Amino acid sequence: MKMPHVDGGSLWSSLSAAGHLSERALWGADASVTLGDLVRGSSLSGRLELLRGRSVLVATRDQLTAALALIELDAVARRLVLCPPDLPAEHLPFVAATAAVDALVSDRTAPHAGPPGVGTVVTCTPRIAPAAPERTGRYQTEWVLLTSGTTGRPKMVVHTLSSLSGAMRGARPSGDPAVWSTFYDIRRYGGLQIFLRALLGGGSMVLSSADESTRDFLIRAGGHGVTHISGTPSHWRRALMSPAAHRIAPRYVRLSGEIADQAILDHLRACYPEARIAHAFASTEAGVAFDVGDGLAGFPASLIEGQGADVEMKVEDGSLRIRSTRTAARYLGDEDRSIADGDGFVDTGDMLERRGDRYHFVGRRGGIINVGGLKVHPEEVEAVINAHPDVRMSLVRTRKNPITGALVVADVVLKSEPGAANGRAVTLEHEIMQRCREALSRHKVPAAIRFVSALAVTPSGKLVRHDA
Amino acid sequence: MMATTMSVRSTVTARFEQVAREQKKTLAPLSDDLVLLDSGLDSLCLAIIVARLEDALGVDPFSSGKDAEFPVTLGDFIRLYEDAAR
Repeated sequence: MKMPHVDGGSLWSSLSAAGHLSERALWGADASVTLGDLVRGSSLSGRLELLRGRSVLVATRDQLTAALALIELDAVARRLVLCPPDLPAEHLPFVAATAAVDALVSDRTAPHAGPPGVGTVVTCTPRIAPAAPERTGRYQTEWVLLTSGTTGRPKMVVHTLSSLSGAMRGARPSGDPAVWSTFYDIRRYGGLQIFLRALLGGGSMVLSSADESTRDFLIRAGGHGVTHISGTPSHWRRALMSPAAHRIAPRYVRLSGEIADQAILDHLRACYPEARIAHAFASTEAGVAFDVGDGLAGFPASLIEGQGADVEMKVEDGSLRIRSTRTAARYLGDEDRSIADGDGFVDTGDMLERRGDRYHFVGRRGGIINVGGLKVHPEEVEAVINAHPDVRMSLVRTRKNPITGALVVADVVLKSEPGAANGRAVTLEHEIMQRCREALSRHKVPAAIRFVSALAVTPSGKLVRHDA
Repeated sequence: MMATTMSVRSTVTARFEQVAREQKKTLAPLSDDLVLLDSGLDSLCLAIIVARLEDALGVDPFSSGKDAEFPVTLGDFIRLYEDAAR
């Protein structure tokens, strides 16, 4: 059932097997490294051995240093926890404790302490120092990805290099060496997919940077001759609003992480007439399920019926279920909760509707809102709103948006009517917004609050959520 | 007609200023040739502006006209709303 490990080896040995190391580069916004530099050098200040067998939190500011640490530490570390750049600092102790982290990789120049109890701190730098790194590790390293949870605490999803690279088997790009890039951060599933594709497929990669404008990123990617580039529909809408959209001329344009509507597919086709445009379905838990390359929104129903060897799909209770070798193994710290059902199918929570011979994604079960590729659990926002002393209850829901796919809005029931004095409602709205801004990430803060006199409640006492 | 055109423009610019203030972003001086991505606002800000303009003007030109190009400058953006409100 379980597929063999990638080429039976580590990330380093697999990317080395693709050859041409000195011609392949990782380009960051401020520095770059060729894979050849890593043959007789290391980014870890000669302290690779300190990390052998450890559970390592990779918490770097920069994507390039994170990339180097992942390359060097797969099979050497027992566990790699990929810390996304926007992880709120207050969750760090929870993450470190749950993953039994006993070493930290950081790229800060000033020495600093890790989370409580983490004594070993190793600095990672793009200035590769000569070394004779011994990367023939014994571990099938656990790669832990963080994704947002209902309570605001991240869920920790365990993968292996094998499950992460499952979609790449036999998908080696032909022709000229590929230069990959993505608007995603490589510490998120969508970005990590592209990073591994670049490395395992024999290509190079242009890494994005949170500090860089869309325009500067596009110009830089174009300068390196990017051939394959991915992002969410929201990333792409933003790119198409940039005068620099024409500075890249990719052969392959990929969308994932959000519903790709027909408009964005058409816009991309018009902007990049030479490119193959594909939208993919993947989730951190279920892995990559499929690519659609016919330029149409949704996917052919035949994909469900005609099963591939690696991925099986079905629709049950309206949602897409996936069974595949690319599925995550388990949640860390929440071992009772399984990722897949007894038959091995993962319920993606993505609701489907069949129209003719195609399925279309129509939203998420449980009202989870996808704002530009970032998930929002309504309950988390409601908890903040409901903490206001004048609020009786609230319902956080989605509102369609042509820029980010969706926005968060809230319907709020007050304990007493705001009354004729309208000024009270304005003050309350302001106070609630203020609380949300203080407690939540920006994309979770409601774009609008509406005061309503009541909310529908089911006989069992739950809020009626208009799912999908 | 003139009055409508002016009011669409002022409604749009007022929303830019309001959202920039709320999101604590420094807004570049507004002019027709200002590139939206250089305005100091990110995608989330633009998304909120589009939602508020739909409430204020009753139109969402992005979702109605499929052939509409994505606006690059503030001038493009305002024109999109002026055309949709006509």
